[in-house]
Amino acid sequence: MDLAVACGRPLLLRQPFAADAFDQVILGCVNVIADEMNPARVAALRLGMGDEMTAFTVQINCGSGMQSIDTAYRYIREGHSDLILAGGTDALSHSPLIFRRSAVDWYARLAGARDFWSRLKAMAGFRPSFLKPVIGLERGLTDPVVELNMGQTAEVLAHVFHISRRDADQYAAESQHRLAHAQKEGSFKGELEASLARDGKVYDYDDGVRPDSSVETLAALKPAFERPWGKVTAGNSSQITDGASWVILASEKALHAHKLTPRAVIVDSEWSALDPSIMGLGPVLCATALMRRHSLALGDIGLWELNEAFAAQVLACLAAWQDETFCRKVLGLDGVLGRIDRDKLNVDGGAIGLGHPVGASGNRIVLHLVNAMKRLGVKQGIATECIGGGQGGAMLIEAV
Amino acid sequence: MGKVWDVLAPRNLELGPLAGGASGQGNWKHWKLARDDAGIAWLVLDKAGAGANTLSTDVLSEFDDVLAAITRDPPKGMVLRSGKPGGFIAGADIGEFGTMGDAAAVEARLTQGNEIIDRLDRLSVPTVAVIHGYCLGGGLEVALACDYRVAVDNASLGFPEVLLGLHPGLGGTVRLPRLINPLEAMTMMLTGRNVRASRAKGLGLVDAVVPERHVRAAANAAVTGGLKTKRGGKLIDVVNSTYGRKLAANRMRAETAKKAPIAHYPAPHALIDLWEVHGGSAPEMEKAEIASFARLLTTDTSRNLVRVFFLREKLKGLADGKFAGRHVHVIGAGAMGGDIAAWCAWHGFTVTLADMKAEPLAGAVKRAADLYGKIGHKGIDIRDALDRLTPDLAGEGVRSADLVIEAVPETLELKRKVYAGIEPKMKPGAILATNTSSIPLEQLREGLQRPDHLVGLHFFNPVSRMQLVEVVSHDQVAADVLAKARAFLGRIDRLPAPVKSAPGFLVNRALTPYMLEASVMLGEGKTRETIDAAAVAFGMPMGPIELADTVGLDICLHVAETLKASLDRPMPDLSHVLKEKVDKGELGRKTGQGFYAWKDGEAVKEREAAAPTPEMTDRLILPMLDVCMACLREGVVADEDTVDGSMIFATGFAPFRGGPMHYARARGVPDVRQTLWQFSQRYGERFRPDAGWNDLK
Repeated sequence: MDLAVACGRPLLLRQPFAADAFDQVILGCVNVIADEMNPARVAALRLGMGDEMTAFTVQINCGSGMQSIDTAYRYIREGHSDLILAGGTDALSHSPLIFRRSAVDWYARLAGARDFWSRLKAMAGFRPSFLKPVIGLERGLTDPVVELNMGQTAEVLAHVFHISRRDADQYAAESQHRLAHAQKEGSFKGELEASLARDGKVYDYDDGVRPDSSVETLAALKPAFERPWGKVTAGNSSQITDGASWVILASEKALHAHKLTPRAVIVDSEWSALDPSIMGLGPVLCATALMRRHSLALGDIGLWELNEAFAAQVLACLAAWQDETFCRKVLGLDGVLGRIDRDKLNVDGGAIGLGHPVGASGNRIVLHLVNAMKRLGVKQGIATECIGGGQGGAMLIEAV
Repeated sequence: MGKVWDVLAPRNLELGPLAGGASGQGNWKHWKLARDDAGIAWLVLDKAGAGANTLSTDVLSEFDDVLAAITRDPPKGMVLRSGKPGGFIAGADIGEFGTMGDAAAVEARLTQGNEIIDRLDRLSVPTVAVIHGYCLGGGLEVALACDYRVAVDNASLGFPEVLLGLHPGLGGTVRLPRLINPLEAMTMMLTGRNVRASRAKGLGLVDAVVPERHVRAAANAAVTGGLKTKRGGKLIDVVNSTYGRKLAANRMRAETAKKAPIAHYPAPHALIDLWEVHGGSAPEMEKAEIASFARLLTTDTSRNLVRVFFLREKLKGLADGKFAGRHVHVIGAGAMGGDIAAWCAWHGFTVTLADMKAEPLAGAVKRAADLYGKIGHKGIDIRDALDRLTPDLAGEGVRSADLVIEAVPETLELKRKVYAGIEPKMKPGAILATNTSSIPLEQLREGLQRPDHLVGLHFFNPVSRMQLVEVVSHDQVAADVLAKARAFLGRIDRLPAPVKSAPGFLVNRALTPYMLEASVMLGEGKTRETIDAAAVAFGMPMGPIELADTVGLDICLHVAETLKASLDRPMPDLSHVLKEKVDKGELGRKTGQGFYAWKDGEAVKEREAAAPTPEMTDRLILPMLDVCMACLREGVVADEDTVDGSMIFATGFAPFRGGPMHYARARGVPDVRQTLWQFSQRYGERFRPDAGWNDLK
């Protein structure tokens, strides 16, 4: 929440309209903690947007930050709103430790005991195992329907698309280098805001970056999810982090009313769903549907942001688009879609170095796509991500 | 699980250098061999023209050839696995058993087979067997001859030979007790029960359990010596010592005798003897194993158990058609309805279970949860099955059901009322099945708009353990409805037995004189224990009195009265004996008291009881045979194989005897007929032999 507020303040400050000019606030957030029910509303109030600001929170797991943009865009298109603040935030470091059911029941009995003897009796029922917490984050990252955690789904994809450990490490090292380069070149100026904590610390860059990454250093890491033969490690996976992101969406009317200069236009969006055990392929389904609907070839897309949940997962998506059987039988195409140029994909690094604060990532990659398209003079781009639970989201963005 | 995985699933089977249909070296029919870049050979068995791998003669002789090629040009290591999605190797080719000839010929064949397996064992190259799915009998023996075994998490390993009246014959008795705790090894071979991957690892039977995606890495680790193995150790040597074997053998004999008396089931006892005497020396054990196997193969028990295997395959084959339905609606959440619903949900159907009240539904859900807890291994499987089992007080499910199973109490008016209520709501092609055990379908179908869609599906109690279901036809039922009903049973792993609508169909009609004659004998002053012992001596799993208590005396009474009223056949009038008990509420096991007192689900029996006579046994068993003959003559059942299979799989009729008709022929039909006639003179008309015996060819 603090992050969402720290992130939203400078954005609202630089607008030519007041904070209460918005019609509503939509915020994606997965790890909602009890102290901050409906984080969108809490953020809206804390950002000084006024008591009259309606706000709601959306959750579609990793796609939450993109869902907020999608919902906002459709409200505006429908004529319901003109100016919407749409964001995403998550503080995975604040994931709760959870008491197990037996411990909760014991506590309820204790709390319900009214007299001395009942209380004594209830206390006697305490077991040391009640103190052992369930790690909320672990459960959150495990799919409840197929009982595989997110990393394991990447292992499945690595197997069926023949992605090697080396392939994954190579991608990860390159991603880290690109991020380090982008940070040095100031490519995040105007996009990334420093956050200043109460204790005086300044956080002005994402410290997950490892500029010295190489295939050799990454090769030394042990598999994170399936030992001893897994290919997915902490080094070639996205980092579990905290983060927030906001974008402002405006209607044509609002542009004229407030004399705003848009950076990009949202042309369309698409969501797809598939077997949760191979959720990493989500982007292939929705991005392809998006391109087909607009009769676009791979070559028409000048820039891609494909969220780096896991290096192996990104590579599996790329492999799927070059796989004859997959393209014909799953995507219904006449042949392979083609190869995405590495120079058009995640050009400034991604979640491997920056982190993947689950609810925020979808928002961040759309924002960064828009900025990178502007910087590189690209006309059309697609931002897409896989979603835990077996889904995918994609947005087609056009430069103005 | 969805379109995308369906397309990707074939890639999930790791075949190393043979992936993508590569042909490798050599031009064998069943085996493929290729080397990868690291010099490790992959040998894949994909038996031509078969859905499952079995070790037939030509598969084995090709294997010999392959091994010769490998010996001539040894690779760095060898990975051996199956190319069939369903599993590793299912065992020997049982169809060849009948063609093997006399004991000497069998010994020669087995010696040859063992030489090939020994050759695999002796390969200087490190070998690893990768096991997925079923790995049974000869398949497990192949795996044991490899240096390492890597199991995929769905693997299931076992030695089922004892269920065919045999024991392993390709070195399994030699290798298994040396690899794992001999007591566990012997238990596996004596019970024929399978062991799953994780337990196999705990035993040291396999060295690693991995998901399919790590097979290549694990196999490579094995052949390059990078796999940590945890094998038996000192304990194995102690138990395998001469004294250790003697102690263990005596204990095993005592346990085995309880379930498999040596007179009926020689195989487990032969196995115990084999190990006790020769377990100390591998070459001796191998020779003795071959000789023992050859002897057992020619016993009547083994021949009959092999016959039972084929009877099961035959009945399974009747379920071969197509039933594409996904939704089953069950009406009546009683003991049968609730359990049928639970069984269908476990096998992937969406099930709605309807009843007038919520309490029976709740009871059915509890019984389902208990069952799933026993047979399920993963929490999510149990959760998914319970999700599919929907309590349906309002009976809404009938609208979308592809199959409706009616299991309400046995009264004609009630059933007709239920049909009248649901038939207008049913989907056009939906099948209406009734679990009735005693009401003729000709009466049930009156008033139906589509009588051709009515069929009987008579399940036996308990549904989860009794594999047989009688599929009851009447003269107006559509042929495709029957075919779909049989295919449905295949999807829930039950065996269909086609019967025509007639009182008691086959099984209840055959069991009734069995149970009634026991009551007559009780009236003559014989004790319950002696009467039951007479049946068990024949090979029945339980005696008629214990069976009556187990089924429920109220149900027995109802069946007996119905049969007496509808069959033109003299039957002892014992309803007063049963009626007395039923009126007193002594219904048997379910009320804790019937003919026996029941404690903790077991009948309380006197330890001392008079020994039964062969005549008592005949008085119980021959009437069962006579009913089977009558059903054949009347065309209630089409052929003797169906009769035999039905009785074995629904009542446990002494399987080692091959079934009632097979036993009758083996004993000699004239002898059966003569004995029945003598009994009719001595004990009453009820023993009059059926006319069919005269015409039996």
